[in-house]
Amino acid sequence: MLQVGKTYDPLLKRPFCIFKREGNVIQFVYRIRGKGTRLLSNCKKGDIIQAIGPLGNSYPAPKKDFIAVAGGIGIASLFPLLERFKNKAFLFYGARTKNELVMINKAKSLAKKIFTTTDDGSIGQKGLITDVLNDFLENRTMPVYAGGPMPMLQKVSDIVAGRGIECYASLEEHMACGVGACLGCVVKTVSGYKRVCKEGPVFPIEEIVW
Amino acid sequence: MELTVNIGRLKLKNPVMTASGTFGYGEEYSEFVDLNKLGAIVVKGLSITPREGNPAPRIIETPAGMLNAIGLQNIGVKTFIKEKLPFLKKFKIPVIVNFFGDSIEEYVKAAEGLSKADGVDALEMNISCPNKQAGWIVFGTDPKVAFEVVNAVRKATDLTLIVKLSPNVTDIALMAKVAEDAGADAVSLINTITGMAIDIRTRRPKLANITGGLSGPAIKPIAVRMVYEAYRAVNIPIIGMGGIMNSEDAIEFMIAGATAVAVGTANFVNPSVTLDIIKGIESFMGKGGIMDVKNLVGGLRC
Ligand SMILES: Cc1cc2nc3c(=O)[nH]c(=O)nc-3n(C[C@H](O)[C@H](O)[C@H](O)COP(=O)(O)OP(=O)(O)OC[C@H]3O[C@@H](n4cnc5c(N)ncnc54)[C@H](O)[C@@H]3O)c2cc1C
Ligand SMILES: Cc1cc2nc3c(=O)[nH]c(=O)nc-3n(C[C@H](O)[C@H](O)[C@H](O)COP(=O)(O)O)c2cc1C
Ligand code: FES
Repeated sequence: MLQVGKTYDPLLKRPFCIFKREGNVIQFVYRIRGKGTRLLSNCKKGDIIQAIGPLGNSYPAPKKDFIAVAGGIGIASLFPLLERFKNKAFLFYGARTKNELVMINKAKSLAKKIFTTTDDGSIGQKGLITDVLNDFLENRTMPVYAGGPMPMLQKVSDIVAGRGIECYASLEEHMACGVGACLGCVVKTVSGYKRVCKEGPVFPIEEIVW
Repeated sequence: MELTVNIGRLKLKNPVMTASGTFGYGEEYSEFVDLNKLGAIVVKGLSITPREGNPAPRIIETPAGMLNAIGLQNIGVKTFIKEKLPFLKKFKIPVIVNFFGDSIEEYVKAAEGLSKADGVDALEMNISCPNKQAGWIVFGTDPKVAFEVVNAVRKATDLTLIVKLSPNVTDIALMAKVAEDAGADAVSLINTITGMAIDIRTRRPKLANITGGLSGPAIKPIAVRMVYEAYRAVNIPIIGMGGIMNSEDAIEFMIAGATAVAVGTANFVNPSVTLDIIKGIESFMGKGGIMDVKNLVGGLRC
C-alpha cells in the first residue's frame, strides 16, 4: 500500500503490486486511474511517501510451462512470475488500446510466446484476450495465472471451469487498511467472505463466487 | 507530566485508544504499533453468534473520508474468546470489547459471555444497530429503547460499561443522558454518520449496501460539536472520536469535553498514528506547561 500524497483527499493508501525488488530498491508499475494515482505521478525524485508491505500472498510457483493472462495494468501482478520463469509462459495480454499494453517489449522478451489483443485493434488482434485464450486452451491443461479487471477474471473462470485446469487469479478490491483489520476488501468465496489484502490477492479461481 | 485518565474503573496510562472496527483484534496492527504504549485497545464489534457481513464493495473513499458498510462481520463471542483473546492478554493494556446485538436478548447474552472471559477489561456496547423486534429501528435513535437495552446490559455485567452513541439523532445530549441514567459508566461518540455515494455514469450506488457509515476527517466538526453537547449533559466520562488524524485533533476533542479519545480511520492512513498522537499530546502539554492531561478535559472557554 502506497501513500499517494499528504492530503485528506485522497485520504487512503492505494494498493499496488511489487513489480520488482532489487536490494533496497522497489519498483512499481501503475496506470493513472483517478485522483490518487494522478497525485502519485506528480511525485518528484527525493519526495518521501509512506509505504507498508509486502502484504498478502503471491502466485504459487509453476512447476512447468504455464499460461499467464493479463488485462491491462493487470500485467503488473504477473511480471515477477514472468521474470522468475523466463521462457516458460504463454502470455495472453490484452488491453483496450495500444498504449495500454504497457511494457509489451519487456513482456515479449520474457515469455515463451505472446498473444496480444486490443479492443480497438490498434495493435495485435482485435477483440478480447479471453477469446484467444479459449481457442488456445482447446486440448491443453497447463496451469493458468490471471491478473486484470474482474470481468476478465470472471471470463477466465468460465473458460477453465470443468476442464481440470489449475488456475489462480489476482483480485482487485477497494482497500482501506491493507492489513486485514477493516474487513473492507472482501471477496465472496465458496467458504465465505475472504480478505483480498490478507488471504489474497491471489485465489484459486474455482473458489471465487462471482 | 501526568497522562493517565480513568474511564469507570479502568485506568488508562494515556488517553489514546483505537476505535472499534478499525484495528481488527489488535494482532493485525501489532507489527506497526507497540500495543503496550496505547491507552487501551478496542476490538472489532462482536455478536453472540458470528456474522457474515455485507456483499462487496464495502468501502468507498469520499472527500476527506470514507463510507463503509462492512455489515458488522465478526467471528462471534465464543471464537473471539478462544482464538483472539489469548493474544491480547499478553499485553499490559486494558482490552475493551465492542459488542452489539439485534435484540435486547442478544445484547445481554453477548455481555454475559464476554464478562465471564478472563482478559476482557471493559465492554463498549454499540447501540447503532437495528432492532429486529421493533421494525429494525436503530436502538440508539430511540431514547426509550436505548434506555431499555443499556439497562438490561447493565444488569448483566459488572465490567466497566461504555455506551457508544449513534450520531444519527437530533439530540445527542439527550441520548448521552439516557445512557448515563441507564447505568453506563461512560459514553463514547461518535459512531459513523449514515451517508451515500452514487456513480453518476451507471446511476448505481457505489456501495453494495447502498448506504454506509461516513468516517474520517470529514466528520470531525460534527463529532466535536456532539462531544461538547454531551459533556454539558452528563457527569460520566466521554470518549471522543470521529476524524481524529493527529494530536491537535485529539486535544480539540479533549477541550470539548472528552476524557479520552479513539482513533479510527487514521490508522488506515498511517498504521502507527496512535503513537504519534500520544507523543504529540505530551509535547503540547510540555510546551503549554500543562502538568496533567485531565486539565485539558472540558477546558473550553466560551
Ligand atoms: C492487490 C492489488 C494490486 C494492484 N496492483 C496494481 C498495480 O500494480 N498497478 C496499478 O496500476 N494498479 C494496481 N491496482 C489498482 C490500483 O490500486 C487502483 O488503480 C488505484 O487504487 C486507483 O486509485 P485512484 O485514486 O487513482 O483512483 P480512484 O479515484 O480511487 O478510483 C478510480 C477508479 O478506480 C476504481 N478503483 C479504486 N481503487 C480500486 C481498487 N483497489 N481496485 C479496483 N478498482 C479500484 C474506482 O472504483 C474508480 O472507478 C491494484 C489493486 C489491488 C487491489
Ligand atoms: C471500517 C470500519 C468499521 C467499523 N466497525 C465498527 C464496529 O464494529 N463497531 C463500532 O462500534 N464502530 C465501528 N466503526 C466506527 C468507528 O469505531 C468510529 O466510531 C468511527 O469510524 C469514527 O471515527 P474515525 O473518523 O476516527 O474513523 C467502524 C468504522 C470503520 C471505518
Ligand atoms: S483492506 Fe482492510 S481488511 Fe483488507
